[in-house]
Amino acid sequence: MSAVDAETNGNFRTTEQVDAVVIRFCGDSGDGMQLVGTQFTNVSAVFGNDVSTLPDFPAEIRAPAGTLGGVSGYQLCFSSTDIYTPGDEVDTLVAMNPAALKTNLADLKRGGTLIVNADAFGKSDLSKAGYESNPLDDDDALAGYRVHKIDMTRLTRDAVADLGLSLKEADRCKNFFALGLVYWLYDRDPSTTQEWVKSKFAKRPELAQANLAALKAGSDIGYSTQAFTVHYKVPPAKLPPGKYRKITGNEAVAFGLVTAAHVSGKELFYAGYPITPASDILHELSKLKNFGVRTAQVEDEIAAITAAVGASFGGAFAVTASSGPGIALKSEGIGLGVITELPMVIVNVQRGGPSTGLPTKTEQADLLMSMFGRNGECPMPIVSCSTPGDAFDAAREAMRLAVEFMTPVFLLSDGYIANGAEPWKIPNLSDLKPIDFKHTREPNGKDGEYLPYLRNDRLVRPWAVPGTPGLEHRVGGLEKWDVTGNVSYDADNHQHMIDTRAKKVAGIADHIPEQPVEGPDSGELLVVSWGGTYGSIRTAVQRAQRAGHSVSLAHIRYLSPFPRNLGDLLKRFDKVLVPELNNGQLRFLLRAKYLVDAQGLNKMKGKPFLVSEVYDAILQHLGKA
Amino acid sequence: MSTSIDLPVLTPKDFASDQEVRWCPRCGDYSILAQVKKVLPTLGIPKENFVFVSGIGCSSRFPYYMNTYGMHSIHGRAPAIATGLKVVRPDLQVWVITGDGDALSIGGNHFMHMIRRNVNLKVILFNNQIYGLTKGQYSPTSPQGKRTKSTPYGSVDAPLTPVSVALGARASFVARSVDVDIQHLCMVLERAAHHKGTAVVEVYQDCNVFNSGAFDFASKKGEKEENCIYLEHGKPLIFGKARDKGVRLNSQNQPEIVELGKGISEDDLLFHDEKADDPTLAFLLSQMRYPDSPEPMGVFRAIDRPTYDDELNDQVRDVTEKLGPASLEAMLNSGDTWTVA
Ligand SMILES: Cc1ncc(C[n+]2csc(CCOP(=O)(O)OP(=O)(O)O)c2C)c(N)n1
Ligand code: SF4
Repeated sequence: MSAVDAETNGNFRTTEQVDAVVIRFCGDSGDGMQLVGTQFTNVSAVFGNDVSTLPDFPAEIRAPAGTLGGVSGYQLCFSSTDIYTPGDEVDTLVAMNPAALKTNLADLKRGGTLIVNADAFGKSDLSKAGYESNPLDDDDALAGYRVHKIDMTRLTRDAVADLGLSLKEADRCKNFFALGLVYWLYDRDPSTTQEWVKSKFAKRPELAQANLAALKAGSDIGYSTQAFTVHYKVPPAKLPPGKYRKITGNEAVAFGLVTAAHVSGKELFYAGYPITPASDILHELSKLKNFGVRTAQVEDEIAAITAAVGASFGGAFAVTASSGPGIALKSEGIGLGVITELPMVIVNVQRGGPSTGLPTKTEQADLLMSMFGRNGECPMPIVSCSTPGDAFDAAREAMRLAVEFMTPVFLLSDGYIANGAEPWKIPNLSDLKPIDFKHTREPNGKDGEYLPYLRNDRLVRPWAVPGTPGLEHRVGGLEKWDVTGNVSYDADNHQHMIDTRAKKVAGIADHIPEQPVEGPDSGELLVVSWGGTYGSIRTAVQRAQRAGHSVSLAHIRYLSPFPRNLGDLLKRFDKVLVPELNNGQLRFLLRAKYLVDAQGLNKMKGKPFLVSEVYDAILQHLGKA
Repeated sequence: MSTSIDLPVLTPKDFASDQEVRWCPRCGDYSILAQVKKVLPTLGIPKENFVFVSGIGCSSRFPYYMNTYGMHSIHGRAPAIATGLKVVRPDLQVWVITGDGDALSIGGNHFMHMIRRNVNLKVILFNNQIYGLTKGQYSPTSPQGKRTKSTPYGSVDAPLTPVSVALGARASFVARSVDVDIQHLCMVLERAAHHKGTAVVEVYQDCNVFNSGAFDFASKKGEKEENCIYLEHGKPLIFGKARDKGVRLNSQNQPEIVELGKGISEDDLLFHDEKADDPTLAFLLSQMRYPDSPEPMGVFRAIDRPTYDDELNDQVRDVTEKLGPASLEAMLNSGDTWTVA
């Protein structure tokens, strides 16, 4: 659809209506790209588009300005239909300097719009980015793109000239200039951002004014420059009715845990040690002290998990979160939680490994560590998050399983979910069921004894807490006699206890939903996925389904135990494809457990799957490529 | 008539669990267990409100032998576990049981952080200067040159002094005693129990299997009076069977042993001040080690300092008062929201 509208200054512009647009802001890590990306996401969400985001920042906080290592990017897709990914190819790329251009241009689609800050292409900027000549002068290199070279630094300085700012302060406003221009290009209502600026700089009104002036100057350039011959409209999406907000995965985990505890009349204890990309869970929870949330930033991850064990022994709902390296440190303490059979949730926001790996980039390579990464036979339930919003439900579910089955539970998230954002329908509080936190208050043995390992029909032991008269007992890391909980080296008892703990965890399969399938429940190809790859894989599968192929998707939330119908489901398809951002960890488990010839699509580049990558793999496995 | 509900009168026996105590015969741990059982009933705390948390080592079997709540955990982590427990349950009196290896090797980090936070915990550090449970390797408190299974040619590591470590982390309460010095140990444990904050009690404990007699200098009647100085708040540092020797500071501010009489009177001596704000003098005392000098025994430091558990819980209360009671509705609706019809 296309229309022509007469602008006040007499120019005639085409307005194109499009379904979905992918924008990427990139610049130096000091340029405020995450901030403008977030603002664009907010106004689009408030406008009613579906949005999906992919922030991408360098591992170094302050890499030398202008270098390739210091480029920070924020990609977002906003759409008038349901979307599940931030998009494969970029429609509009905003590059604030040569380094940003160099590292991002390849992702801009042919015919896409490129907006650059021409002022930042001086000699030294170019050499820092490793350019021998100015790429903006190279018509061949930029052929095929709609290029807009704009003197953003100069125009920003002009716009704020009367406000008495230092040059440095003035220059810092150029991200708002860029934002204003893109707002104009995509017909966004800036008022949400204007409000944000006013409240953010309430104490420095001159800075608020400057940023607002830069924002306006940016959109004025859109109006007045002949170069922008089209601008775009993306109508609101038809999302299910309800009240929405934007949420990131880390926020959703924090909210989910606090909500589950609160509706159950419990308070949360959280101990953690900062680590990217999990730290925001600690930050979010630390703000929520008026929910009785007690947060402790302790000395290391070992202290975090063991403090959680202590708090759980005391009857609190205990949580700790970390990322791969920290989870590795927690292993011994998690084992203590398993043998003492105390409830707690351990969140792993996965990142690229091994060791310190790629701290700011995403990966799904800790599944086998969650499954097996402890000494001894040490089974644990594992729940995974699929999208930022889904992390809210996954966190509540992890807590439910922990409490109902008296066990530590892993909640797997990843860097992509953690920092990514999407519109999230705010749940109705009355729909959120409380979890049954039961503390035993009466002796459960004859002669008024308390038997800490006397199990119910689900093999779950009671949870009596210190301070309860008559139920004094000891727990610990040494093997226990079943029922009495006394220390035992008895051979048969050890076998029995190992079997019992495994059976208890396996029995959870009867208390979780069956594995759903998107598409027919038998056919040529079943794609099996888990975690944060859901968006791309689902989009690819839907595309293949629309093209008439026999493909279905099983996205697994419960990784341990697996849903009870999973084995059956796998056998109803000729082929099974498991795309993962690791070297085949879920595939390994499925092959071992169900003896299916599952094939993998594996990528470990610190980046999510592109829809096209998954789509191509689907066609290939169908023999249609 | 008064109708106040009296707590049941408890005896040491009430604190004995039904588990057989399995330390080696004549291990110093027995005496420490016995003294703890003696002290607890005097505190007026219901039995169910005591929790013993231990790490790993011979001494860390302790919780099994107490008929209270307890956790025998993993090596070195008892301070962190106890911190988590105490923060969520300030109503409980939580004791940490640890060994020299447990507290200062694998758990050194947690030990230090518990102390600097001043978590309201009572800590008994069983120091036998050896690894007992793993059958006799040297520990971080073993003297340099110590020959053990893992150091057949003598250890080259410099040892730590637990009391100095605790003071270095600005412990609000630090004391030292000896397993067989029953009255002194009871006194020190009782004072620790009444202290508000992290109370570290180092107890010299004889591992008669792997390090027999290491603390004879401080245990044997007739010898200990010569080798130890029993600290008392406000009193001069005097020692010796005949109480004829004392400690004063020399011109370099270093402790110096002097004989009383011959022109030196009590007033010239160092007076012990366990309440001094500055831990410097206490640290100096902690550096006096046998056989180079007599070793101080008793309470090195006992000061008031806010506890971590109080501060953390007060903050929760203050923030709740300020922000008003929790509303999930408000939390979930924070930030920009919009409605889709
Ligand atoms: C992670 C870990 N490393 C090593 C051990 C083996 N270990 C058990 S007790 C101990 C040393 C105990 O020494 P100490 O704390 O002095 O206690 P004692 O046995 O002398 O009372 C060691 C090394 C362990 N249980 N766990
Ligand atoms: S090995 Fe030493 S410390 Fe351990 S029980 Fe025996 S005597 Fe006691």
